[in-house]
Amino acid sequence: MAAAETVPMPDTSAPDAMVAMRCLALNAWFGTTHAVRDVTLDFPAHEVTAIIGPSGCGKSTLLRCLNRMHETVPLARVEGRVLFHGQDIYADGVDPIALRRHVGMVFQRPTPFPTMSIRDNVAAGLRAQPGVKLSAAAQDEVVGRAPREAALWDEVEGRLKESATGISGGQQQRLCIARALATSPHVLLLDEPTAALDPISTQKVEELVYELRKVMSVIIVTHNMQQAARVSDRTVFMLMGEMIEMAPTRKIFTTPTDPRTESYITGRFG
Amino acid sequence: MTSAASDHGAFSSPRARGLLRRRVVSVIMIVLTCVAAALAVVPLVVILAYLFKQGASALSFGFFTHMPKPVGEVGGGMANAILGTLILIGLAAAFGLPIGIGAGLYLAEHRGTRLANLVRFLADVLNGLPSIVMGIFAWQFLVKPFGHFSALAGGAALGAMMIPLVSRTTEEMVRTVPQALREAALALGYPRWRTSLQIVLRTALGGIVTGVLVAVARVAGETAPLLFTAFGNSFWSTNLRQPIAALPLQIFTYAISPYDDWHAQAWAGALVLIGLVLVISVTARFVTRARHGGGHG
Amino acid sequence: MTFPSPDSTPPRPSTPEARAFPTISLGLPSTAATRQGPARRMPSIEGSVLADRIYRLALLFFALCVPALLLLIFIEVGRAGWPALHEFGFRFLTSSTWDPVKGDFGAAPAIVGTLLTSFIALVIATPLALGAAIFLSEFSPSWLRQPVSFFIDLLAAVPSVVYGLWAVFFLLPLMRTGVMPFLRDTLHLGATPFFSGPAYGPSVLSAGMILAIMILPYIAAVSREVLLAVPRAQREAALALGATRWEAITGAVIPYARTGILGGVILGLGRALGETMAVTMVIGNRHEISASLFAPGYTMASLIANEFSEATTDIHISALMAVGFVLFVITLVVNGIARWMVSRMGAEVHA
Repeated sequence: MAAAETVPMPDTSAPDAMVAMRCLALNAWFGTTHAVRDVTLDFPAHEVTAIIGPSGCGKSTLLRCLNRMHETVPLARVEGRVLFHGQDIYADGVDPIALRRHVGMVFQRPTPFPTMSIRDNVAAGLRAQPGVKLSAAAQDEVVGRAPREAALWDEVEGRLKESATGISGGQQQRLCIARALATSPHVLLLDEPTAALDPISTQKVEELVYELRKVMSVIIVTHNMQQAARVSDRTVFMLMGEMIEMAPTRKIFTTPTDPRTESYITGRFG
Repeated sequence: MTSAASDHGAFSSPRARGLLRRRVVSVIMIVLTCVAAALAVVPLVVILAYLFKQGASALSFGFFTHMPKPVGEVGGGMANAILGTLILIGLAAAFGLPIGIGAGLYLAEHRGTRLANLVRFLADVLNGLPSIVMGIFAWQFLVKPFGHFSALAGGAALGAMMIPLVSRTTEEMVRTVPQALREAALALGYPRWRTSLQIVLRTALGGIVTGVLVAVARVAGETAPLLFTAFGNSFWSTNLRQPIAALPLQIFTYAISPYDDWHAQAWAGALVLIGLVLVISVTARFVTRARHGGGHG
Repeated sequence: MTFPSPDSTPPRPSTPEARAFPTISLGLPSTAATRQGPARRMPSIEGSVLADRIYRLALLFFALCVPALLLLIFIEVGRAGWPALHEFGFRFLTSSTWDPVKGDFGAAPAIVGTLLTSFIALVIATPLALGAAIFLSEFSPSWLRQPVSFFIDLLAAVPSVVYGLWAVFFLLPLMRTGVMPFLRDTLHLGATPFFSGPAYGPSVLSAGMILAIMILPYIAAVSREVLLAVPRAQREAALALGATRWEAITGAVIPYARTGILGGVILGLGRALGETMAVTMVIGNRHEISASLFAPGYTMASLIANEFSEATTDIHISALMAVGFVLFVITLVVNGIARWMVSRMGAEVHA
């Protein structure tokens, strides 16, 4: 890893306290594939940041570096630094498991645990914590709160004890969001969360994302530029593993600085 | 290959006759495969029918509750052998399941590595090991050093025979659990071991139970590994350090004896044994059905 | 950059200020209270990392049990059989003398008997099993496929000793009064040395018959899996060229599945070689090589099953262990070849 002095600082020199996550010269590989190349950028706190770019541009890999999920894949490798509220998450002695409770993640396809009820799914993240015996009251509090935050409560209120596989795909995805919210993370990572959903469910998830930034920072990877325009405050454009441009969403979609961004926005990359 | 499509000509043309001949050959061969399938099923029907005929007449309530009686005395049962078989199955599961399931999890989580491939191949080799070889090995390793036959040695031999079957099914069932589920658990802050045991293993449990039942059904009827380990016992014994009776052993002993009374007992024992095996096998099917019928989203 | 007003947040257990400027422990040994107050202490990293490491090592241990067990069997049985192998040398494999009293042992009759019964079983079972597999994978109406497959699988689950019992009371009388006289007298095969002599019942031929019945389901099950693994396009291509349904199978499907089917047959051979109880009960247990299949004989497995508990001298036990070792090596080679062939087909085999 490069010495701290030589690490470039991000252009957006916001006060540190307003930065939820900061990548410094971040590189990531799958075996010999260099998926993320020298990315340095800030994800501001209490904003929704969208990462867009063509397939294979490294946007999902970048996201997975932020909660150290990338390293769970065989032959994966990471270099550089990622600061989470000032702490280097790749420093020695950092427990990725503890990190992941602060940085929640939701995937492309709904992943409810099929052996658990809706209620147990919501509480799963809390129960995962070793040594903490969760009181029944604390669990009830979380089961009553997280589904509300995920705009799911009205649909599952009477069936919390039913299997989580019995609800619709859109509801399952919001259940996964509720499950991630249950641990009260500071940052929520969304990896194309609406890719497998119908338009109505998509709209519900988008409204939810818009609400969530009031209480946390959200980073969303999407292949859908309209979605990025609808839900995000800032947009990052990536191409072939490199970060090309980061700007307020309105600026990216109206007056992008980089010609490559413009080409992509106007549909020339497909 | 001649093209049938180009054959619009008269029926009397040599090619048309050739086609007819080929069609006839085809139909005959298809019928023959049908016959082969029937012939493959016939032995089971004959065996089961004969077994039920012979076994039902010899089977009585006392068979389950009484001890074996000496030749010449009427009645008697195999209560000790039935209990012995259940104890041996329990011991086999205690020895074989942790290793089998653990090895299966290892194989599923380290797919493609050289060690995993080697272990998988050797598990297959172990699966093909003659049961009599397992028997003499268990004698050499677990009976000879202690100087006496024991239920423990028999259970260990049967447990070793369960390992390859259980590890193979565990691996296959764990592989059917989507990678996304594993990632979801990790992203939620589950440590790897809890992800593996509480999420992945639990999700695959239905299929693993099926595999375990199939393995239990197989070892329940094994005789050769018990000949020189559990050895058999004509008395009531639940001491794991002593020889213990087992249904297959008792059937074997009675079958090769010259006494008609004992032959009848052997048939009754065989009926009970196959009943046990069939119940386990059908339960396994049922578990599999229920799992597939339940359907995950 | 605009932040939404903290006032608009829904009620949460923490204050907005605490959320905006959190102190977060990522598992570093820190006692600092986290945003949810002192009740929520982060776990120490050692805990979970250590647990993961222990878990990984435990799985590795279980996995290594498999090679260790196999190696242990090889060493223990080989070591126990070594005195006999050493004393009689190559003669152990070629001599027909088996004299526990004088302590002179040669396993040739048992080896020949094992190979012969297995060969008979393969000759009888392979065509039937293949036919059944082709029927099940290609022609069977779908309502029939499941029950017949289930039946054949059940046949594989019947314990060996039950086959033996049935064979003693049903197959042997049938052989003695029906099959053997038919082969010898009606078909006049008695003129050859292979089907001559008195028809007692217990014989190499009877052992081959019961083995055939026992391995048939294995071969059928593997062949069925392999045939089902052949891509549809193979069949359709042949049919589209004008082949009859049977020609499509012999011309396109079987060649594609050949290696896998052969693997299944060899897997059945492995079963037949090691089968003990049923064979012990019907083969007659005589330590002699005879040209006639009607004569009683021995297999390696039945020799061990029959004599092991009666063996008293060390060299007798060692000779039986050596027989077991030879059997182990033979099945090892046969199974190795079979698995390699089936795995080359890429079919999943559960036999």
